[in-house]
Amino acid sequence: MNLIDILIQHSPPLIVAVPLFSAFLIPLVSRINEKVRNAFALVMMSITGFFIALLASDVFANGPRIYVFGAKDLAIPVVRILFEVDSLSVFMAIVTFILVFVSLVYSWSFMKKENDGLDKYYTLILLLVTSTLGMELTGDIFNFFVFLEISCISSCALIAFWVHKAEALEAAFKYIVISSIGALFVLFAIGIFYAQYNALNIATLSNVLQFTFLDKIALVLLVVVLGMKAGLVPMHMWLPDSYGQAPPSVTIVIIGATQASLYGAFRIISTIYGNFFNSTDLSVVNFVLNTNAIGWVIIILAILTILIGVVMALIQTDFRRLIGFVAVAEIGYIFLGMGVRLASKYVESVGNVPTAIVFPAYGSIALQGSIFHIINDCLDISLLFLVAGAIYYATRETSLDEMSGLARKMKYTTVFFLIGLLAVSGVPPMNGFSSKLLIYESTYQLNPIISIIAILASIMLLAVFVKVFYSAFLGPKISKFENVEEVPKSMLIGMGVIACIIIIFGLFPNMIIHYLVEPAANALINNAQYISTVLGGV
Amino acid sequence: MIFNIPFIAVVAMIFIGLFAVLFKRNLIKIVLGISIIESGVNLFLITLGYREGGVAPIYTSAPSDAITNTPGSMVLPVPQALTLTSIVIGVAVLALMLSLVMHIYKQYGTLNVRKIRRLKE
Repeated sequence: MNLIDILIQHSPPLIVAVPLFSAFLIPLVSRINEKVRNAFALVMMSITGFFIALLASDVFANGPRIYVFGAKDLAIPVVRILFEVDSLSVFMAIVTFILVFVSLVYSWSFMKKENDGLDKYYTLILLLVTSTLGMELTGDIFNFFVFLEISCISSCALIAFWVHKAEALEAAFKYIVISSIGALFVLFAIGIFYAQYNALNIATLSNVLQFTFLDKIALVLLVVVLGMKAGLVPMHMWLPDSYGQAPPSVTIVIIGATQASLYGAFRIISTIYGNFFNSTDLSVVNFVLNTNAIGWVIIILAILTILIGVVMALIQTDFRRLIGFVAVAEIGYIFLGMGVRLASKYVESVGNVPTAIVFPAYGSIALQGSIFHIINDCLDISLLFLVAGAIYYATRETSLDEMSGLARKMKYTTVFFLIGLLAVSGVPPMNGFSSKLLIYESTYQLNPIISIIAILASIMLLAVFVKVFYSAFLGPKISKFENVEEVPKSMLIGMGVIACIIIIFGLFPNMIIHYLVEPAANALINNAQYISTVLGGV
Repeated sequence: MIFNIPFIAVVAMIFIGLFAVLFKRNLIKIVLGISIIESGVNLFLITLGYREGGVAPIYTSAPSDAITNTPGSMVLPVPQALTLTSIVIGVAVLALMLSLVMHIYKQYGTLNVRKIRRLKE
């Protein structure tokens, strides 16, 4: 066994352990000086990225991989904590890595003006990364809960980083109340699973689940809580507050943590309950079709999320809060794809006799669209938040009413904002277009009206941002912005990296779908593979 | 029926906690409510592992029937481990929430949630 194989074999725990270890080294390192500390965080994150790349190359080639903690071999994986990594986990890990890396580059200059507490800032960011990656890689549902709580604690502390601002404290308190109650209900649902099946392992649970009444309660608890942590209406209220009040370099890491909750919801629907939602068993035809109703509930919530997000964004005057509401709307598109997949099942029959239950082709296209939209949403919203941060850095303004004529002074930032604007409202050739098109065309085949609402909301997003563009970047010169300068290089590099990825994704969507998105979507559809990796050929 | 009493207590505690979080206006009482929900969930986990007349799951002092009749009369150790983890996490969250309440009181001069509304709708 050569070195690369050993590294790949041990990379799942290392991906979590490297940021965790460096998080607690940061206070020590920052005794030396600031630059060493910033460079240390970047280097450690690059090492994590290297392991993610190794693991990704292996998982995309050879299928899911597990790592059992404290075992010499995989003989009895069921009673131990294990990490299970399939294409979707790796996909989410890549998304998280991109966001965090950009955030660290961006913080180099952005947080320079802060006098105090920067060592804690880096510690908390790395802890948040640890928990996000842990949630994405773990194969044990209690372990998932532990990482969820770590993410809740560290992101709450980061939202309240500007502790002298009353609004930031308010947002942080709202966040911690909502997420700690949510996490407790996740624990309750885990208790329900354990009481019935004596198992905490996701693959084992998925294999033995009976869909009893208690399981239905657990499903509702888990999906509601994880949907709440992802920002699904009517539980979205915390999201614009916390996104709007946290420092923008933190916000983009929290976006990663939010997407990890969304990943959790997908994992629970498609893997733990996958035997029911993916079932095409004719002998229980009514029961199987009942799952369509759950798909419709998700579709309706998703449509509400899109509409409320867009309409609330239209009336905001605070730049970052406005982007927060747009982020809510984008979450709606992701859930829409998932809902369409669940609701698309239908019965093929000859005469009145049912012959088969089939998933139409557009069901999996919808799922691909929603998974592709996860990465696109992260990139677009992050770019916009970074632009808002750049404007705050240069002018100390967040209100759109106070801004004017910034394009004269900050030309690169303006270009990046334009790229973000086009991408988030789904205009070709940016990346938002390709994933939204997949969602539109599959939704259209299920029900044209839903698709029309989704397209309309997307056009309204364009209107929202044209308003922002006009009031912040165009318009007359204002005397108080006389001395405004372009932001420092590291912030420009951070924004530039995301903008480049957006354009590349927009120009070559086929390649991305083929190499990244399709394996991830198949991992959700094919939950038998997830189970058999742990239990072996069941 | 008598065995259901812990479960009834669990549900009661969770609802009392939720009531406090939803309807109380004092931030400290909201924090207390979350703490009560947490105790309820912990009680739920502990109750799951209970076995009537069971002994502590220590391998060296296992009862003689432990090997043939796994797990025999030993109580389940996993829920207890889960509860321990959950208690530790709960303490961390409680401390963080109370420190936030402290800072909020410094900034706003009140603990009434109705008056802490600087974030507009």
